[in-house]
Amino acid sequence: MRRLQALLLGIVAIILLLTGGAWFLNQSDGAKGSKIINMYNWGDYIDPKLITKFEKQTGYKINYETFDSNEAMLTKIKQGGTSYDLAVPSDYMIQKMKKAHLLKPLDQSKLPNLKYISKDFLDQPFDRHNRYSVPYFWGTLGVVYNDKYYQASDVNSWNKLWNPKFKGQIMFVDGAREFMGIGLASLGYSLNSKNDAQLNQAYNKLKSLTFNAKAIVSDEIKMYMENEESKVAVTYSGEASEMLSENSHLHYVVPNGGTNLWFDNIVIPKTSKNTKGAYAFINFMLDPKNAAQNAEYIGYATPNKKALAYLPKSITNDRQFYPSQKQMAQMEVYEDLGQKYIEKYNDLYLELKMYRR
Amino acid sequence: MKKSRFKWSNLYLILVFCFLYIPIFYLMFYAFNAGSTMNKFTGFSLAHFGELFADTRLIIILLNTFILAFLSALIATLIGTFGALFIYYVKQNRSKTLLLSLNNILMVSPDVIIGASFLILFTTLGTAVGSLNLGFITVLLSHIAFSIPIVVLMVLPKMQEMNDSMVDAARDLGASNFQVLKDIVLPVLSPGIIAGYFMAFTYSLDDFAVTFFVTGNGFTTLAVEIYSRARRGVSLEINALSTLVFLMALILVIGYYYISQDTGKNNSKGGGVK
Amino acid sequence: MKKYNTLFAIPYFIWLVLFVIAPVILIFGYSFLDSQGHFTLANYATYFASGKYLMMTFNSVWYAFLITLVTLIVSYPTAYFLTKLKHRDLWLLLIILPTWINMLLKAYAFIGIFGLHGSINHFLQFFGLAPHQFLFTDVGFMVVAMYIQLPFMIIPIFNGLEELDNSLIRASRDLGANAWQTFTKVIFPLSLEGVKSGVQAVFIPSLSFFMITRLIGGNRVITLGTAIEEHFLVTQNWGMGSTIGVVLIIAMFIVMALTSERKKGGKR
Repeated sequence: MRRLQALLLGIVAIILLLTGGAWFLNQSDGAKGSKIINMYNWGDYIDPKLITKFEKQTGYKINYETFDSNEAMLTKIKQGGTSYDLAVPSDYMIQKMKKAHLLKPLDQSKLPNLKYISKDFLDQPFDRHNRYSVPYFWGTLGVVYNDKYYQASDVNSWNKLWNPKFKGQIMFVDGAREFMGIGLASLGYSLNSKNDAQLNQAYNKLKSLTFNAKAIVSDEIKMYMENEESKVAVTYSGEASEMLSENSHLHYVVPNGGTNLWFDNIVIPKTSKNTKGAYAFINFMLDPKNAAQNAEYIGYATPNKKALAYLPKSITNDRQFYPSQKQMAQMEVYEDLGQKYIEKYNDLYLELKMYRR
Repeated sequence: MKKSRFKWSNLYLILVFCFLYIPIFYLMFYAFNAGSTMNKFTGFSLAHFGELFADTRLIIILLNTFILAFLSALIATLIGTFGALFIYYVKQNRSKTLLLSLNNILMVSPDVIIGASFLILFTTLGTAVGSLNLGFITVLLSHIAFSIPIVVLMVLPKMQEMNDSMVDAARDLGASNFQVLKDIVLPVLSPGIIAGYFMAFTYSLDDFAVTFFVTGNGFTTLAVEIYSRARRGVSLEINALSTLVFLMALILVIGYYYISQDTGKNNSKGGGVK
Repeated sequence: MKKYNTLFAIPYFIWLVLFVIAPVILIFGYSFLDSQGHFTLANYATYFASGKYLMMTFNSVWYAFLITLVTLIVSYPTAYFLTKLKHRDLWLLLIILPTWINMLLKAYAFIGIFGLHGSINHFLQFFGLAPHQFLFTDVGFMVVAMYIQLPFMIIPIFNGLEELDNSLIRASRDLGANAWQTFTKVIFPLSLEGVKSGVQAVFIPSLSFFMITRLIGGNRVITLGTAIEEHFLVTQNWGMGSTIGVVLIIAMFIVMALTSERKKGGKR
């Protein structure tokens, strides 16, 4: 009994102590009611120094909260109970949120800095005329290889991944669109195909690719490539750029014959209560100097044309991360497939995953 | 002969403890890495600790996480212990099994389902009451909710050891309900209750999916923060944080143990009740 | 005592109604909806008709069984030896302590330890052994799964063994039973309650593992947890996800009913 009492007292004391500490830190952090901007973003997806700079310049306070997948974010915003002023979804998700009426249309007259964004990244199929979103970062889907074992010519087209010499060696990023997309692209079909015959053809072709798979993982690919657990991996350019900076033997290739072009854009959800602050922040992030600073911190490609001038030439001239116009013409952005085909893609993908064993 | 067998058992325990602690030490080791990943140790540096102390946001998240864990485990233990007492006194075997099965539902359900259904629950309740903001309170309620079953599971086996005749005897001697509870029931249950508390605490610290769904503006826990950092790679700042948490927890645990030892001794001198 | 109990158990009942029964009704309701929100039985038809889901169920049960078995085999002696130690409560707390470090981080640590160029293979190289693949194998997966579940098995068993009356053991020995007989006839039966809670605390959550199957298992084995995660988070077909949830809940009811029957038979 005494032990229980001692434990109880100890716990209560610790709770009070911690609450005091949290209260003190919150106070010194200066959280004030009406000037708060609630931002919903991927974890560690902005240079924290920019947040501090923005707060100092404008007097707003940014409440930075994080999610780990587009779909999880969608569920949260759809269900309500929150009031996010800004969010950073990817392309197809913007289309989906738009359809579900979860976004506020943007007043572009309030975003003078939008002019710095390169035309190549505006007016995309998922959001025509950028009525709802502003590009934040962009990139491609490609192949990372280790030059100790392979060279660029081994992986510069999707069809080469079927080469038997890769048996049990390739890591794939865990996503139905990505894996099915490899099959579709290798057959010359659209990544957004809604043609059952094409999908089945891709499915049958992919069956034999599963034997070349070492593992199907997601964010961990970075770690596995850096420590050379795996020699080849299919992954996103953003992730690839981070791997390359950690291991000089790694290289990134965008295979010929089409691949996915992805965007993470900033949007203002319907639930926003501080729209004025949201516009101020978007405009701040569109400023070339800030965009360059952010791109340098994150390592992804920035859509801000003016910002490129502030970035090192070695980065902006790299055709793998900043592909040429001609390469970009072959690429395709994911569109929202609608419920029926999302399920179809995922069902086929699940069966492919199970086929492997 | 007895002595040598004793040594074997110690060796076994040492191996188990090594197994449990090797990943932890691995993490802590890389917290001092001058490089930025857990792949190669490039040199000793305290830089990641510096980053950590400059990051007020992360420290607030850390404090929130622990407040939540201590508090939710406490409330869950209270509710769960009385729940277990009740279940124990249910005479009918059928209803007992039914109650226990209901109790276990939250343990079989995957976190994603629990999180999604709690989110729907809170938002429906919210629209019924007027407006409800997701945040600390909803997270606290959810953590209490999913910790209760494990407390019940920890306390119930202790109940089986309780001597019913002793309770009856005490009642015959005129002991009040409260006295019975305090002097006979709780002392027997206390190891189970303490184990239940620590398990509930662990569940709360570990949880990511449920918290993610039921939290709102201005409240995040460490697990949510770490998982959402995965896309960009978890920085060694988090390793530094874990190192500090681990060392503090170690000090607390050892401190708690010696304090409880002392009170335990006083107790046995005074009363003889364990 | 009973009346008094009921009063204090009120919060427990509020919890049961609000956080158990209400969500179960919700999940049950969802399992009859398709992704457009219309009533359908198709989810159950898909589950039972396609070999895919039955295969996944089988995989989940099989791996959960193996994980529980391995964890039990390692845990029982640990818990038993712990009860013999001087500062046993302290050691028990030290068993729990590693669980307070985030699981994702520990999984990353295992990636570093098990990797082709990781610590274990480094160590093996000293003995001239070739690098061995640990990640994405059943062995690697089981070891990490066991690592996660160990404390949840050790604690209940420890609790069960702790109160074991030493005089009983001595009596058994005095009556001429050898160590093995004492263990099988006296110690093990008395610790069975603890073992049962441990098995429940480990087997049931193991059915729906998904993060470890991806991180360490490389999605080599697809379990129900993977499918549930996909339906709730990727395709947003909550109906199908709930259907799997309902199957899990029903399976648990069956297991509970079976174990309680057996217990009754054994005691009388």
